[in-house]
Amino acid sequence: MTPSVDAREREALEKIERVRNMPPRFRDEQITMAHGAGGRATASLIGGLFVPAFASASLALQDDAGRIQLDGLGLALTTDSFVVRPLRFPGGSIGELAVNGTVNDLAVAGARPAALTLSLVLEEGLSSDTLRAEVDAIARAAKAAGVEIIAGDTKVVERGHADGMYICTTGLGRIDPRAQLSPASIRPGDRVLVSGRIGDHGVAIMLARGEFDLDATIESDTRSLWPAVDALLDAAGSSLRCMRDATRGGVASVLNELARSSNVAMIVHEARVPVHPAVSGACELLGIDPMYVANEGKLVAVVAPDAAERALSALRAVRGCEDAAEIGEVREEPPGMVLVHTAFGGRRVMDLLVGDPLPRIC
Amino acid sequence: MKFVDEFRNAELGRSVSQQIGALVDPTHHYKIMEVCGGHTHTIYRYGVSDLLPPNVELVHGPGCPVCVIPMGRIDDAIAVARTPNVIFTCFGDMMRVPGSSGTLLEAKAEGADVRMVYSPLDALRIAKQSPDREVVFFAVGFETTAPSTALTLMRARAEGIRNFFCFCNHVTIIPPLRALLESPDLRLDGFIGPGHVCTIVGARPFEFIPAEYGKPVVISGFEPLDMLYSVYMILRQLSDGRCEVENQYTRVVPYDGNPQAFRVLSEVFELRPHFEWRGLGFISQSGLKLSDAYRDFDAELRYTVPGVRIADPKACQCGEVLKGVIKPWECKVFGTACTPEHPIGTCMVSAEGACAAYYNFGRITREREAV
Repeated sequence: MTPSVDAREREALEKIERVRNMPPRFRDEQITMAHGAGGRATASLIGGLFVPAFASASLALQDDAGRIQLDGLGLALTTDSFVVRPLRFPGGSIGELAVNGTVNDLAVAGARPAALTLSLVLEEGLSSDTLRAEVDAIARAAKAAGVEIIAGDTKVVERGHADGMYICTTGLGRIDPRAQLSPASIRPGDRVLVSGRIGDHGVAIMLARGEFDLDATIESDTRSLWPAVDALLDAAGSSLRCMRDATRGGVASVLNELARSSNVAMIVHEARVPVHPAVSGACELLGIDPMYVANEGKLVAVVAPDAAERALSALRAVRGCEDAAEIGEVREEPPGMVLVHTAFGGRRVMDLLVGDPLPRIC
Repeated sequence: MKFVDEFRNAELGRSVSQQIGALVDPTHHYKIMEVCGGHTHTIYRYGVSDLLPPNVELVHGPGCPVCVIPMGRIDDAIAVARTPNVIFTCFGDMMRVPGSSGTLLEAKAEGADVRMVYSPLDALRIAKQSPDREVVFFAVGFETTAPSTALTLMRARAEGIRNFFCFCNHVTIIPPLRALLESPDLRLDGFIGPGHVCTIVGARPFEFIPAEYGKPVVISGFEPLDMLYSVYMILRQLSDGRCEVENQYTRVVPYDGNPQAFRVLSEVFELRPHFEWRGLGFISQSGLKLSDAYRDFDAELRYTVPGVRIADPKACQCGEVLKGVIKPWECKVFGTACTPEHPIGTCMVSAEGACAAYYNFGRITREREAV
């Protein structure tokens, strides 16, 4: 390659980097489903519209929960809406998701969940039995997670305006004194852990919708992550750099967010990523990568290298985290990117999704 | 997964990689085109290029059925989707492809009833479930997917379903390959043949490539080991001084294709005189339309569509990229006006397009070259 060509290519690549690193702008004319998919479009909405509008330092960090100091007491606050079809699916239901999702956002921020609020948007014509079943599910999940539901609200909308029911929960938690979590503390050499097999929830939902004639017994992994966080904090303390709840957008999106916000590279060894064989089979057929599929009870943790082994065995001792694994490490180069070493022996970039993970035609 | 994992075995991959290394002439820069978008996907999904010597380059060909649909046809699809009482069904990755003013995903956001399906039979099922609506299936794809559209239409006719229509954009693989080979500035050493298309058409239709253009063809499977071995087979032909069609994908591809599929195709479809390809322009006898026997199902006859040809944007050099004449980064709009979020040309539309791939992976490719 002649030097001039080389220089021009470098220039082109630098141009891409500049465009990539520009602060996100929200320029779309209308909201599409992609804005809710957790990929690039979602990032443009948050970074280009919400964060600048509200000018909050805590919001700008874009953590799973916001932190606030009240009279010397460290608190975490978070909120989440749940819209899922069907309402019940193997392994759980919208009610459990509504509790565990918010509890988990608090947990990965290092906060012990204390209290929740519950807002219900009910569709005219929803059967009372369905509602009762979800209220029971909410109560059970709250009890299991050790949180109290202390306030609530109910709205009813006309038929056709909600898929049966939507739920919004807000959670308050107390930041654990053992937790010193911040993506800024991530260093090259740190290890990346996941708390179990990935992709179960998203695939369970896809199959429960009955759009594919696939028979597989895959259950949602919805559960409280606080026991896992508790174990990690005990084992690793301040060596635990940062955690994320790998929900919408999956492990891939979480790693991309961390790589960008900490300006490091995340290296993933594909062969070490735990995936249930039925999940990888379903993903294979649908042309979807399990790394982008939603979880509802899996966290990604970044841990200092000397504490990684300790953290991993502590995690594996927690119920539901038996398959936890160290899937990769943090490196300096190339900053802001997630690189996968494939099981076949090659490499690929695992970028943010541009839109919804749409199945490929061939 | 049994019978799949064997074809993703890293140890076997390394061994083929070494054999390839021993075979190449270090002074020659090899360019091999994989025709099919599914192959491009495998290359990136598994990092196959990392197992090739730096002087063996894989060039991504025109075989992504989503990327090749021209803007005007997308506009037509959107016009049909916006027709009152229509349920418009299509494959997922078609929904993001831009026409001259927006995508099907955007039309959906504006109120059109656009639904994602996984097979034309799903669309037919929707038609049966919604007898008071008109259901249109956006048929795209090469010979691989055309038989399933054909069978669906045959079933619709047999069952007397009157509210099901097909907007046909099926294309055939040989004409664009010939167009590519006719191009004077083309520089390729061989072709990795599209295994799935060949399950239908067989390997025989590719014989003109070695016979008339002197380039080896190896029909390949879609697992990383399949592809690596197909590269080896092409390099082997080159080093032996042979030039022929070989079939690596013997576990699936019969040399003479699938006669039953041919029958179905010829009953339901006929060749269009010409069809436009994004980035390549008009190519004679490269597209399929519904035959006269199936005209009652033809969405192009049923609905008024703009039918306007929208020229590919001037600055876009997808044609040259497809032929391997220029690299993606040499295109004037690459990475600035044309990005994966706001693609201009075909090569940026699907993640499998050459430009989108380079946009996302160029950096590690360079790293590899530096080593």
